[in-house]
Amino acid sequence: MAFEPKIVGFLCNWCSYTGADLAGVSRIKWPPNVRPIRVMCSGRIDPTFVVKAFREGADGVLVSGCHPGDCHYYQGNYKALRRYHLLRRVLEQFGIHPDRLMLTWVSAAEGERWAKVTQEITERVRKLGPLHLKD
Amino acid sequence: MIKLRIDGNEVEVNAGTPLLKAAQKLNIEIPTLCHYEGIEPYAACRVCTVEVVRGRRRRMVTACNYPATDGIEVFTDNERVRRARRLNLEMLLGRCSEVPAIRALAAKYGVEKSRFGYDPKEKCILCGLCVRMCSDIVKANVLSFAYSGPRRKVVTPFEREMATDVCIACGACAHVCPTGAITIEDLSQRRGEVPEMYLGPKTAISIPFQQAVPKVPYIDPDACIKMQTGGCGICAQVCEPEAINYKMQDEVVELDVGQILVATGYQIFDASQMAQYGYGKLDNVLSALEFEKMLNSTGPTGGRVLTKNGKEPRAIGIIHCIGSRDARYHKYCSRVCCMYALKFAHLVKDRTNAEVYQFYIDMRAFGKGYEEFYSRVLDEGVNVIRGKAAEVVEATWGNEREGHLLVRCEDTLIGKFREVPVDMVVLCAAIEPNVDQERVGQIFSLSRSPDGFFLERHPKLDPMGTVNDGIYLAGCCQGPKDIPDTVAQAQGAAARILAMIAKGEVLLDPIRASIDENLCGGCKVCNNLCPYMAITFDDVKKVSVVNETLCKGCGTCVAACPAGAITGSGFTDEQIFAEIEGILADAGNK
Ligand SMILES: Cc1cc2nc3c(=O)[nH]c(=O)nc-3n(C[C@H](O)[C@H](O)[C@H](O)COP(=O)(O)OP(=O)(O)OC[C@H]3O[C@@H](n4cnc5c(N)ncnc54)[C@H](O)[C@@H]3O)c2cc1C
Ligand code: SF4
Ligand code: FES
Ligand code: FES
Repeated sequence: MAFEPKIVGFLCNWCSYTGADLAGVSRIKWPPNVRPIRVMCSGRIDPTFVVKAFREGADGVLVSGCHPGDCHYYQGNYKALRRYHLLRRVLEQFGIHPDRLMLTWVSAAEGERWAKVTQEITERVRKLGPLHLKD
Repeated sequence: MIKLRIDGNEVEVNAGTPLLKAAQKLNIEIPTLCHYEGIEPYAACRVCTVEVVRGRRRRMVTACNYPATDGIEVFTDNERVRRARRLNLEMLLGRCSEVPAIRALAAKYGVEKSRFGYDPKEKCILCGLCVRMCSDIVKANVLSFAYSGPRRKVVTPFEREMATDVCIACGACAHVCPTGAITIEDLSQRRGEVPEMYLGPKTAISIPFQQAVPKVPYIDPDACIKMQTGGCGICAQVCEPEAINYKMQDEVVELDVGQILVATGYQIFDASQMAQYGYGKLDNVLSALEFEKMLNSTGPTGGRVLTKNGKEPRAIGIIHCIGSRDARYHKYCSRVCCMYALKFAHLVKDRTNAEVYQFYIDMRAFGKGYEEFYSRVLDEGVNVIRGKAAEVVEATWGNEREGHLLVRCEDTLIGKFREVPVDMVVLCAAIEPNVDQERVGQIFSLSRSPDGFFLERHPKLDPMGTVNDGIYLAGCCQGPKDIPDTVAQAQGAAARILAMIAKGEVLLDPIRASIDENLCGGCKVCNNLCPYMAITFDDVKKVSVVNETLCKGCGTCVAACPAGAITGSGFTDEQIFAEIEGILADAGNK
């Protein structure tokens, strides 16, 4: 059987989650590999969530917030961006390819973009293959 | 104050008042040609001649500029005065023999023919009113006298025909000219440069439209002479309550409000982007909004349907879906055009004898009573052609049909190509988001749907709310809709706003951050992170504290707390960890 990556998506409530919803309402297909978890803001995404997801068996993690300047809480997404860059380095030290983590912006109006983004990370992680974490 | 007598009546005026003004006070009429209220008198025509008697001295003077002095006696209509006026008028008639104003005045004094010559073409009496208007009042300094003696005349710079760059085409010279010697050519084309919708000349000060709130005149700074050259100022002179204020500027007013209804509407698609329909290039190709204005009984034509040359059109073509339902411009249907196009047809049929042709893709008569209206318009003899018009061109055949436009289209119901000759074309251009929609959206943190209109909170369950509490939407800023739908949405939003005011208190989402005092190490990392400044530091207890009413629950501080002292209700670490475990249960924790 072909490898189907398991990807955890952390989506902010106001833009990305609504955008993913719009994709659904508009009957736009997007890969079921991405399993969304809703948080109020991308700024709420604690790096430990990402690490936890990898530990629980995720092959990739997608963090998605509002476009820069559009965060419902003004600047949560900038904080997410800062944490993302740090986190990539930490992941590398854990032996996890940093490309397994992706940060993106999807607005509430971008159902199409949500589908594109999820396809992109799915393909990317599929190429990287399953993640085997040593204890 | 001084006293004088005019035709036997005593009158009191300020010293120096021209006799003409003093006579007006007594309602004594003195004929004038070259006098104009507000312009310095120049006494050129001399038809205002009167006789002044001081002691034993008698003099003939011009009333428009002769200053009143104490004790004089003035006669405005005795035989000597009439003789003097006759002579003056005969001379004027010799120069400008066919000017109606002069002929009429001369006839009043019994002068039918002049001994001094006959010139049917000359109209200018060289009174210079226009020159003084242009230099003293308008301050544009375009007109001046040139040459001397019999060749003396009024000219534009270098005697170029009208087209000087300094002329602002205000028309004031033509307005004051007593003999109609000045005509303003192509005034309309110059006014067309004013960026607003152009359907006819407009004055510099006007009430914008009959339903305007507040209904007061405003000054168009681009057309106002006072603002352009510093001259004129006549409106301030005549306005008795002294309401004219040239210095008024836009002001920024700051208001504290609790709720906001965004109803910024729409703009109409610029049809000149679709060159094939000739908008902006061909005369008599109008946008629907322009046609709407023309049909308005308080509009520029008083509600009459007229082509640019002022004639009633013989046939009108109305083309639907310009920029709507078109992958190159807007994919969506603008919703209102089919119905207003039928309204146009109905009104044209009502007011003219013109044929009306509708070129449509689909006729969307979607609302209550709309299909019935469609049937009625068909019964009125309106032609409907199913097929999107391909282009509008000028038809250049034969004299009789000159100026006609041709609408080319495929009639998909009979499967034939057709060319329909019309005199006027109305383009039903799409309703689209305003140019500043994005900026307005940013101000109110509003999302926009892919078509660019503001996004409602939920298309079915909350069509007037937005994701921001207390901010509502109504009308076309949320998407194309007609007036009934706009009103319904606006009333719904108003009711929601009033309900909130009546309740007097605001319910907050229970999603909040809270800090566990026992775990907080007092590092203050969170203090500056909160975008709402909801976290303060308690100096006594040496811990950070969240103000629950200010907190909006974004969770930024929760994610950042190095001690794990902050929990976000509804989204605690435990809840999210459990969610991660749940959705990865099939991964078997490799
Ligand atoms: C040619 C034509 C004919 C039509 N005929 C009909 C008809 O017969 N019947 C019918 O039901 N509907 C008709 N409609 C539709 C009708 O015009 C709309 O339904 C209606 O105008 C929508 O109202 P609105 O308040 O949303 O927007 P608008 O009428 O556009 O009002 C928006 C207002 O907001 C102001 N504004 C915009 N931006 C800002 C800002 N940033 N700050 C402050 N103010 C701002 C604008 O100046 C404007 O006054 C027609 C439309 C067109 C184009
Ligand atoms: S949850 Fe957001 S708003 Fe509330 S205290 Fe933390 S950072 Fe501030
Ligand atoms: S709410 Fe979407 S990133 Fe902050
Ligand atoms: S009106 Fe007085 S001279 Fe013409």
